[in-house]
Amino acid sequence: MSDETVDDTVEISVNGTEVTAQPGELLIDACERTGTYIPRFCHHSRLDPVGMCRMCLVEVDTGRGPALQPSCMIKCTPGMQVDTESERTRSAQNGVLELLLVNHPLDCPVCDKGGECPLQDQTMTYGPGESRYVEEKRHFVKPIPVNTNVLLDRERCVLCDRCTRFADQVAGDRLIHFLDRGSRTQVNTFPGEPFSSYFSGNTVQICPVGALTAAPYRFRARPWDLEEVGSTSVLDSVGSRISVHSSRGRVLRFMGVDSDAVNWGWLSDRERFVFEAYDSSDRLDGPLLRGDDQGSREPGGPELVPASWSDALEAAAEALTGTDPDRIAVIGGARLTNESQYAWTKLAKGVLGTDNVDAQLGDGLPADVLLGLPRATINRACTPGGTIVLLGPDPKEELGSLYLRIRHAVVHDGATLVELTPQPTGLTDIATHSIRVRPGEAADVVRAMFEGGSGDLGSAGDAISAAGPVTVLLGRTSLAEDAGLVAAAAVVILDHIDDVRFLSLLRRGNVHGALDMGMSPGLLPGRTTLETGVDRFEDCWTVTPTSTGLGCVAALEAAAAGDMDVLVLLGADVLADLPDHDLARRALDAVGTVVAVDLFITPTVERADIVLPAAAPTEVDGSFTNLEGRISAVARGASAPGTSRPDWMIAAELAERLGTSLGLTSLEGVWTEIASVSPVHADVNPEAILSSGTEGILVAGELPLVRPEETTVPAPGRSTLRLVVTRSMFDNGVLNGHSSSLAGLAPGTHIGVEPSDLKSLGLADGSTVEISGPRGTVTAEVVSSPRVTPGTAHVLFNQDGLDAGELVDASMAVIDVRLVRSR
Amino acid sequence: MADANQMADGYVPHAPGYVVNGGPTLLTSRFLFEDSHTLERSMQTGGYAGLRTALSRAPAEVHDEVRQATLLGRGGAGFPAGVKWGFCPEGVWPRYLVVNGDESEPGTYKDRLLMERDPHQLIEGCLIACYALGLSQCFLYVRGEMALAQERIAIALNEAYEAGLVGANVLGSDFSVDIILHWGAGAYIVGEETALIESLEGNRGMPRLKPPYFPAAIGLYGQPTIVNNVETLSNLAWIMENGADAYKGYGSEASPGTRLFAVSGHVVRPGVYEVEQGVTTFRDLFYGDDYCRGISGGHELKAFIPGGGSAPWFFGEHLDLPLEARAVSEAGSMLGSGAIVVMDETTDAVKACLRLVRFYANESCGKCAPCREGTSWEQKILQRIHDGEGRPSDIDLLLSVGNHISPGPYPVASFDTEGLEAVPFPPSQTTICPLGPSSVAPITSAIRRFRHEFEALITRSDSIPVASEAGA
Repeated sequence: MSDETVDDTVEISVNGTEVTAQPGELLIDACERTGTYIPRFCHHSRLDPVGMCRMCLVEVDTGRGPALQPSCMIKCTPGMQVDTESERTRSAQNGVLELLLVNHPLDCPVCDKGGECPLQDQTMTYGPGESRYVEEKRHFVKPIPVNTNVLLDRERCVLCDRCTRFADQVAGDRLIHFLDRGSRTQVNTFPGEPFSSYFSGNTVQICPVGALTAAPYRFRARPWDLEEVGSTSVLDSVGSRISVHSSRGRVLRFMGVDSDAVNWGWLSDRERFVFEAYDSSDRLDGPLLRGDDQGSREPGGPELVPASWSDALEAAAEALTGTDPDRIAVIGGARLTNESQYAWTKLAKGVLGTDNVDAQLGDGLPADVLLGLPRATINRACTPGGTIVLLGPDPKEELGSLYLRIRHAVVHDGATLVELTPQPTGLTDIATHSIRVRPGEAADVVRAMFEGGSGDLGSAGDAISAAGPVTVLLGRTSLAEDAGLVAAAAVVILDHIDDVRFLSLLRRGNVHGALDMGMSPGLLPGRTTLETGVDRFEDCWTVTPTSTGLGCVAALEAAAAGDMDVLVLLGADVLADLPDHDLARRALDAVGTVVAVDLFITPTVERADIVLPAAAPTEVDGSFTNLEGRISAVARGASAPGTSRPDWMIAAELAERLGTSLGLTSLEGVWTEIASVSPVHADVNPEAILSSGTEGILVAGELPLVRPEETTVPAPGRSTLRLVVTRSMFDNGVLNGHSSSLAGLAPGTHIGVEPSDLKSLGLADGSTVEISGPRGTVTAEVVSSPRVTPGTAHVLFNQDGLDAGELVDASMAVIDVRLVRSR
Repeated sequence: MADANQMADGYVPHAPGYVVNGGPTLLTSRFLFEDSHTLERSMQTGGYAGLRTALSRAPAEVHDEVRQATLLGRGGAGFPAGVKWGFCPEGVWPRYLVVNGDESEPGTYKDRLLMERDPHQLIEGCLIACYALGLSQCFLYVRGEMALAQERIAIALNEAYEAGLVGANVLGSDFSVDIILHWGAGAYIVGEETALIESLEGNRGMPRLKPPYFPAAIGLYGQPTIVNNVETLSNLAWIMENGADAYKGYGSEASPGTRLFAVSGHVVRPGVYEVEQGVTTFRDLFYGDDYCRGISGGHELKAFIPGGGSAPWFFGEHLDLPLEARAVSEAGSMLGSGAIVVMDETTDAVKACLRLVRFYANESCGKCAPCREGTSWEQKILQRIHDGEGRPSDIDLLLSVGNHISPGPYPVASFDTEGLEAVPFPPSQTTICPLGPSSVAPITSAIRRFRHEFEALITRSDSIPVASEAGA
């Protein structure tokens, strides 16, 4: 805590009324908090004050007589007398608005902002009724694209500096700026340099006029036709708070909602524009079963043909009935709401009796390690003056809105950042210590850091030990490395640092909800294990698994070996998403029946026997658990296409077909049951979630830590490179591909090699090489890159150019590849 | 001596614009030498003696001497340099000295001469200031367009480094300082000290709001920073060499020393004059034989701007005011940076006004809405009036737009024959810096005094009425 205690307050007078302000509080904020709104354009609570628009001028007397002062720039001081309604204040507001409008085109009838425009609203309230301006207005070409999704109309711009400050202060992408001066001043990009920011959509949201518009929303709706509902972004595990805007049953845009605990109002472009995928005409709108090319049902047929829910559920029930529970696996489920996850866990573990349930797709961390480590919140990680250790993926690429919080903590709040990653990340430029860790070496590097390491390693260790509260951002640093290796390193940190806490960087949507709902081998809902918690379920579950089951990779290996009869895939596109593509293919080839519950026909769904269409996150009510364990509401803004339905209903109906009942008929009912079985969810119910507003309900409680088993890492070979596979924000994933705004943004990949390694291999930059690994050989372009760590080779996952999934063998601790010139 | 270089009319061929006027030369003593910018000439004529004196004394004593001398800032605001130096918060280091060499007020060209003709005097001043304040880094920001000044300072700095005058252990002492030369990119607003700091940091030159960002508290790179004008610092060598008491022997008690005034416009002998502050009057300066020698072409004085384009206009009845900041500001204008523009009775008041406003409209940095939009609106209205397209309501509209930028009565000189009082300086402002309000100065002054000229153009009268009844 700082030295500002709660008792320290500042008394000021606003329009003759005594008001209590916080020390250091800006006058404009203190006035708004206490019920006096001061008009503004440039002021934004998440950006540094700039005093640009002059709209917030009010008459302030600090003892030297009343004078007009910008209330967005001055802090409350004791005894300040403020008049927001004086004649001079009114006259200044009137004057600023008249001046802001002299060059504004007043094209409100064709402007998307019309109806929700601060310039319109404030002109009506504070401005002159008519303009005295008779000269020709300033003209610009309108609009110009600043990137593929954001368009800029410079004529409408009032130069509030919000978008440019956002780009500089929040995103760190200084790609838009003021050009020229006087009344010709404009916001623009540098010539030939688009505003290529992962966060560009935020500028549209904070623009106080219609200058910045997002392509997906342009000319689609008028604000007064929109319905708004508060929800949570389920695209990644940050769980950014959003407002879903829809009209006539279709979602038209997502807006970020300011949550102090989570996303501060910001969204990555992926979170913002992904609604297009949910709204896509490619969505599944009814069940499918195998059939012939004439559309007739035919078990094992070459095509998927439409079927009724009754037939599809009957087919699924038939496949499951009488099957040994150990020969059934339920994979995926991170897309689902908490409620649907509970229903599917209950169906799998409590009805079918299988423990082969895993929401992670071989790209996560062992659940018993993750849930056993002391957990951090985002705010704890971002403590001013605290220390952040990144031992995981690049948050900028995988968890955009978390990246913005971390960046703010380091850049503006004095947090110390130490990163232990195989590649530079989006945070490297601001990291105090950036240490390159090759696959397999994390635990050794961490040990060396704390146990007398020299140079940068030692000083990084000292920095972690010396500074404020330490939070480790924990996740997979590479998809071509065994998860146990990162987990082992995390435990070393735990053993060396007092009061260290961990923030999970598992990225998949509601994966943390899935873990809390027991969608992992050995777990039961409520952060309970099979070993210790079974008796809690005796009343409401018919059966419970008898022994710990298989995780995703092991289950697929069993399937490939012919030991699995039914695979239920809950939104799991294993052919694309499992890092080991060969394993996924072999498993699907050998398994008896594949039941896929999904939104789209993915490559995996194409090979399913039974396809059940699910409702998308914008089409269901429910809740979400983010990477902190924070539960917030998911709300319905659109109707599901065709007969697709919420996942929990599908589970309930399938149970009926299996001759039993889940006993779950409403969300309230689901929560009543969860609260009765879960030791950590006692106070959670739909009403509590809704009333928790933007901040959600933080679920606390950890499992006893299970220390990961030692993983043996082979020594690096002389002529091989150790493979590093990471993700980028935009890839060929199914949601990206079905969002027209995002589809073109995947960068593609190649194999990156450090220049001197490339030289010693005798390979030319840009040449085609054959990459041989445990899974065989693939051909791709090799690129010399100083960003790559010596001794490693880097590939982006799920991109055009090189399919990294063809190189990964999930059974190996690390992957070594050999590069030779292509013949 | 170098008198041979002086021409009969007082001009000096190698120092264009400078006029020898026989008065005390605290600042311009070397201007007569053609090689005044070289270290050799500087050394031959007592250069760096002030620095040696300073180094022989404790820094606090040097600071005290400057405080005693009441050296007023020459950049425009006229704030005492010795007092300004004391504003840095205690214990916050590093601190910087930034030299404001971005002289660009319409009508002023005296800092350019100081930089071109005597760069060593400026460097010596920087060294004395840094020594007094314990600074080890000084940034010399020179206006982008002043190529010769940049070149001369660059050469002088190289010479000074070579001679051990700048750099590590100045003159063998424990005092080390680096002086970094930086060229501006051509924006008037960068003459405003916080905009200059932004520009120096590599950002777009836009003013910062004060408070809380007074440069002395939070300046360059967020550190305490003293920003001084070129002429201010150029005085330090003389003060150190001769002492504060000797300095106060020149000028008036409130404004000691001499100042450089750049006179332009309709006078017989325009140029830069070194003038004792507070003693000399505008009448002396315009009509004196040692100075401008009267209005050119036998014309009459119509109006004059006493302190650069941003200053409200003066007229005949203000000629006897002394060249002193306080007197001028009480009379409704400002002495500013010492740029005096003289207009005779053939001057078109509307056109003069338009020309000045156009400058501010062009130079507005675009930050504050009232300045950005208001100045160009003013320009457009004036252009229309000038083109004969004015409407009767435009005069009030001009004043009203000005009132958006600078609310309340705008500073203006008295109009004796009409019985109108002066409104003292400075103006109020809805903007961060005074650029926007500056555009209102010519409008308010011209309309109050020469409203009939605006009206004549609006009613499409063919002839411009010459001289007001109250003309000189």
